[in-house]
Amino acid sequence: MSIQLPTYPQPDERGRFGRFGGRYVPETLIPALDELQAAYTEARNDPAFLNELERLLKDFVGRPSGLYLAQRLTEHAGGAKIYLKREDQNYTGAHKINNCLAQALLAKRMGKQRVIAETGAGQHGVASATAAALLGLECIVYMGAEDIRRQALNVFRMKLLGAEVREVTSGTSTLKDATNEAIRDWVTNVRDTFYILGSVVGPHPYPAMVRDFQSIIGEEVKVQHQALEGRPVPDAIVACVGGGSNAIGIFAPFAYLPEHERPLLIGTEAAGEGVESGKHAASVAGGRIGVLHGAMMYLLNDDEGQIVPPHSISAGLDYPGIGPEHCLYSETGVAQYVPVTDAQALDALQLLTRLEGIIPALETAHAIHAAVNLARTMRPDQTVVVNLSGRGDKDVAEVMRLLDLGREQDAAPTPRTPEVLA
Amino acid sequence: MTATLIPTTPGAARLHAAFARAKQEGRAAFIPFMTAGYPTAQAFPAVADALLGQADILEVGIPYSDPLGDGPTIQRASEQALAGGTSTRHTIALVKELRSRHDTPIVIMTYVNPIYAVGPREFMRLAQEAGVDGLILPDLPPDQDLEIADLAAEHGMAVTFLIAPTSTPARVKLVAEACTGFLYAVSVTGVTGTREGSALNEVPAMLALARQYARVPVAVGFGVKDAETAAQVAQVADGVVVGSAFINAVKAGQDVGALAASIREGCTQH
Repeated sequence: MSIQLPTYPQPDERGRFGRFGGRYVPETLIPALDELQAAYTEARNDPAFLNELERLLKDFVGRPSGLYLAQRLTEHAGGAKIYLKREDQNYTGAHKINNCLAQALLAKRMGKQRVIAETGAGQHGVASATAAALLGLECIVYMGAEDIRRQALNVFRMKLLGAEVREVTSGTSTLKDATNEAIRDWVTNVRDTFYILGSVVGPHPYPAMVRDFQSIIGEEVKVQHQALEGRPVPDAIVACVGGGSNAIGIFAPFAYLPEHERPLLIGTEAAGEGVESGKHAASVAGGRIGVLHGAMMYLLNDDEGQIVPPHSISAGLDYPGIGPEHCLYSETGVAQYVPVTDAQALDALQLLTRLEGIIPALETAHAIHAAVNLARTMRPDQTVVVNLSGRGDKDVAEVMRLLDLGREQDAAPTPRTPEVLA
Repeated sequence: MTATLIPTTPGAARLHAAFARAKQEGRAAFIPFMTAGYPTAQAFPAVADALLGQADILEVGIPYSDPLGDGPTIQRASEQALAGGTSTRHTIALVKELRSRHDTPIVIMTYVNPIYAVGPREFMRLAQEAGVDGLILPDLPPDQDLEIADLAAEHGMAVTFLIAPTSTPARVKLVAEACTGFLYAVSVTGVTGTREGSALNEVPAMLALARQYARVPVAVGFGVKDAETAAQVAQVADGVVVGSAFINAVKAGQDVGALAASIREGCTQH
């Protein structure tokens, strides 16, 4: 008995979730997207593909990842039980590997020997390079110069895995520009190249396909929550959102439940220095509808349509848009998206580290902050599941730099006490 | 050009007339491109004047922060123009100024986001008022947003969509039938930019397919950089689009008018 891929609602014939999504790309790519759509539809119904994917997710990635009751964090919050869905336990350190393995398998099935990827924090790049090494594919990763600086360790890992890392210096030298370059490469080499897109963004069918590949996270939560709590559906789920792949992976299996059965779904956006400061990456709270990378979505763009450079402490959330399905969830009230600042995330990172011995990624720390605040308002018989989307190894050097800066500014002899602990 | 050419809007009529005039002179229509506000907002009008002196149709690009279909040359030009303060509304104002001096048809090349941000109806109103004859939309396959073409028509303008060497016959048909100004055939799989050597070998087959469906003239662009490549394209196409080469010329301080005259000469059909 092999795994099944989920059958949540698919986008409409133009590739849209409501008014969001679509295929706003150069015509050159349309046949490739049609080809991808056809290959994916075929693969998801092929037991051979599904068996291979299941084998790799289990034996290579180490799934299922744990659903862990964070006892000390729960006591600290003083409300609902806080569970952590441990995507940080995955091989390569984050949820990204789920999708990369699936897409790389699909690339191989389609006979494409060359794969390209974009990366911000480097997690998707590392996962793509890993999948490519495993399956014997040539791999090129586009990464912004600024992110290369922030994520030196991941850059080295990619190179060690045999991938070529191409530095992007256009625009803001971050994730959006790396994505532009990856798409340009794809437009140029579309006949023999597979684009492993890392989030639930981009042109149709990527948002739906990546969601399907990531939804194993939420599907596992159902089974694990049943075993631990005697019911499959938690009361609330919190996940950080840049493009939104880890969040959609844990939301989607619950988002289409009838309203009265649906948990509270909270996505945390990177508010940077505060939404009002203009230095943030909060597309729902601080953006407006626009088109980027082939999809219509909430987007940081000015009143003449120029993309506004996003800012976040976390390279992985530093993206000016948010996946089209999230936009639909937001518009229809299925999920809520709340801003969390750089400072709050940095505090939450230290909080989780000291209370549970788990160093989360800076991305994930945004979700931890909101989960603690939310749990505090709930009853002890209720549960909050946080998607612990990735581990913090890659961020340690950057966090050290940031905390040192903070110490200089505060002229304090020791690292400051996290606000949420005070 | 097919016999059943029925212009649907004043803009389409002006574009079709430009193609017809060029054909009478034994040429493919010469369609130079320049990014609005490049190299600076002050210097752009003189560059555009030089191009308009040779052009059958001028293509003016709205500088955009994330131009997916463009290569490094136009991308850097956009960044420079944006840094100098030229964006969507300013581009339209620049076209309006050019229009006061020239009768040559002018089309605007824009990614869709600037249209959505200004508001499709407002954008079309402003463009019509400025005397824009048509729109070229590189990231809008026509089946993604049917309203844009309708709104353009309502405001007297034509629309141009693109086909590529990868386009299937069904896509070519769909795109060709949606074009009211001219059909833009992308010569290569790739982004804009001049290339080493000639990479135009996919063009004839693509154009043969396009002409089965297009009711409008067919122009070819991407990778056309000089009189020689223009001459190759002119043998099979109704129009020749040249972009990055002019930006490179401006950047190098070369005489843009002289380059344009030489490429126009290259557009002669034999």
